[in-house]
Amino acid sequence: MKKPKVGFFEFTCCEGCQLTVLSLGDKLLDLFESVDIVNFREASSYKGQDYEIAFIEGSISTSKDIERVKEIRARAKICVALGACAHLGGVNAIRNFQRQSDVRWRTYGDKAWLFDSILAQPIDAVIKVDHIIPECPIDKKEFLRVTASILLGKKPFIPDYPVCVECKMKGNVCLFHKPNPIACMGPVTRAGCGAACPSVGNACEGCRGLIPDPNLSAWEEVLKEYGLSIEDILKFYHMYNGLMGVRR
Amino acid sequence: MSRKDIRVNVHHIARVEGHGNIVVDVKRGELKEVKLEIVESPRFFEAMLVGRRYPEAVHITSRICGICSVSHANASIKAIEDAIGITPTWQTETLRKILMAAEIMDSHALHCFFLAAPDFVGAPSVIPLASTSPEVVKTAIRWKKLAHDICDTIVGRHTQPISMVVDGFTNRVTEDQMRELRSKIKEVLENDVPKTLEFFSKLKIPAFERKTDNVCLTQPGEYAFYDGTIKSSKTGEYEHRDYKLKIVEQVVSHSTAKQAFGPVKPYMVGALSRFNNNFDQLMPKAKEVAGKLGLEAPSHNPYHITYAQIVEKVHCMEFMMKLFDELLSRGIKDEREERPPIAGWTTKLPPINKSWGVGVVEAPRGLLVHEYKFNDDGLIESANCIIPTAQNLANIEADMRKLVPEILDKPKKEVTLLLEMLVRAYDPCISCSTHMLKVDFIE
Repeated sequence: MKKPKVGFFEFTCCEGCQLTVLSLGDKLLDLFESVDIVNFREASSYKGQDYEIAFIEGSISTSKDIERVKEIRARAKICVALGACAHLGGVNAIRNFQRQSDVRWRTYGDKAWLFDSILAQPIDAVIKVDHIIPECPIDKKEFLRVTASILLGKKPFIPDYPVCVECKMKGNVCLFHKPNPIACMGPVTRAGCGAACPSVGNACEGCRGLIPDPNLSAWEEVLKEYGLSIEDILKFYHMYNGLMGVRR
Repeated sequence: MSRKDIRVNVHHIARVEGHGNIVVDVKRGELKEVKLEIVESPRFFEAMLVGRRYPEAVHITSRICGICSVSHANASIKAIEDAIGITPTWQTETLRKILMAAEIMDSHALHCFFLAAPDFVGAPSVIPLASTSPEVVKTAIRWKKLAHDICDTIVGRHTQPISMVVDGFTNRVTEDQMRELRSKIKEVLENDVPKTLEFFSKLKIPAFERKTDNVCLTQPGEYAFYDGTIKSSKTGEYEHRDYKLKIVEQVVSHSTAKQAFGPVKPYMVGALSRFNNNFDQLMPKAKEVAGKLGLEAPSHNPYHITYAQIVEKVHCMEFMMKLFDELLSRGIKDEREERPPIAGWTTKLPPINKSWGVGVVEAPRGLLVHEYKFNDDGLIESANCIIPTAQNLANIEADMRKLVPEILDKPKKEVTLLLEMLVRAYDPCISCSTHMLKVDFIE
């Protein structure tokens, strides 16, 4: 069987998702055997343009990014959003809620005009995305599972129930019920991470995006009970889910 | 001297983290232009922090970089603790030191094996090496897996650590888990170090030298990663809080990352600077490995950075074993009841003691500074970060300016490869260096 040709691409991000791919351990060798990686700048100086599957990491945040991601879409048969920046806009979109002239000035001062920047967007704001691999950074097992499904021509399974389900199944004490409670986005966030953050005692920050039809008003009531102001709740959303109302 | 024209233009240098271009222009044997262009999208992290509660800064800034997220988290936590006036417990600091060592080991393994090694064997990437030198690739994988196991156990995961927060950890590591990690380290140290040395000692490191200012943290008692004063090989030591008196950042038009300059203009940070300045404090096996690689302190050849990283990887393993032994002999305590770690939204935040705080650590690529200024409500008012790669950019350009005339007689392909290898030797982390730079603090 001919191996499918695959490319990895990155836009505005920390490249942590591609690094997670490079950290697959023994499974990395299996990946090398099942696909032909023709473009992976972070790991290879060979740059092939004949890829069928494109894994795209990072947000769109300059006007050049728009052109580049459209070119990738034109070449690839299947485009996969890799990680929270590509899927949701990620932490890059935090700055969308500030005045852009301030944002630029704070970083580059009077030289700000030298550098191109637009509001940070997920890649599906610009191109059609066939599959998502959520989370910040992506989960190794999910990456392998989704990739295997794509290679087999099946629809990858991504949970649509909340993180609380996985957290309960692990037998964790709810963070809201601990002696020093921590407000958690688990009730409204898509599962699939195995409740990674609450399992080590820290809040879910919503990096996998919201579940379909989340009961936000009930959840916001709970947060208010725990002393969060409206501004706090907005900041909590803005960590990963600031663009939820704007997105399709 | 050759009178030829050479124009090198490497667009999006491969096998580095982030987007950069090399531009060299030689006309009739005379060097007209040398540039390392940084074309990564601006990322604006310091602006994102404005108006945020301080526990949020740790998780936002760790997203600056997928490969040194533990270092960013530690620098961020230390800056916050400095402002609140918290001295963390011995156990907390020891665990943080283990995490730093694990991250440095992981990052160096990625660089040495996956990013730098292909150049020496004429391969475009590590992928063909998987069939030509499978043992080497498997060694690399075991090394990286070890680092990930350590971080996964202590902080939930490596890329973007979860449970390391201000004044402690939100989870607890058991003594059994520590014993297991210690034995895994021992196994890799015994089995994989000899294989690594066998592969890397055969590689031909290009001959080139340029004396520069080596800058890194230093402290009595140990090879500094987590704490210390800042040491410059040319101008001596100074307190980390005085960094702004010594390091000046400039916006240059060809780079979305600022360039940093010290009192002796361009300076070098990272593994080779640490090796040169703190050689005496390396653990015994690491010194032995340096001897086997023929690496002596001080080395003024930037291509030696890869060797210095191998020495540090071995040091990190010995250092972690030592720290695990100390933790186990004192016994692991659950400190969360007595000193609740400061995380999330609902914990009552201790008030900020002074309006600003500085945190400095050695990230895998060198000196990393975070400084935050706080308002009266404890929200972040402004932030400043000095990223290792931003400090190395001017030094890389200075190296290229000396190197190009020395290699002009070689064919263009070789000149290009030597320049790419030079940039890659510094292991630049470009996506890291393009954001968090300066804000003028109004004192």
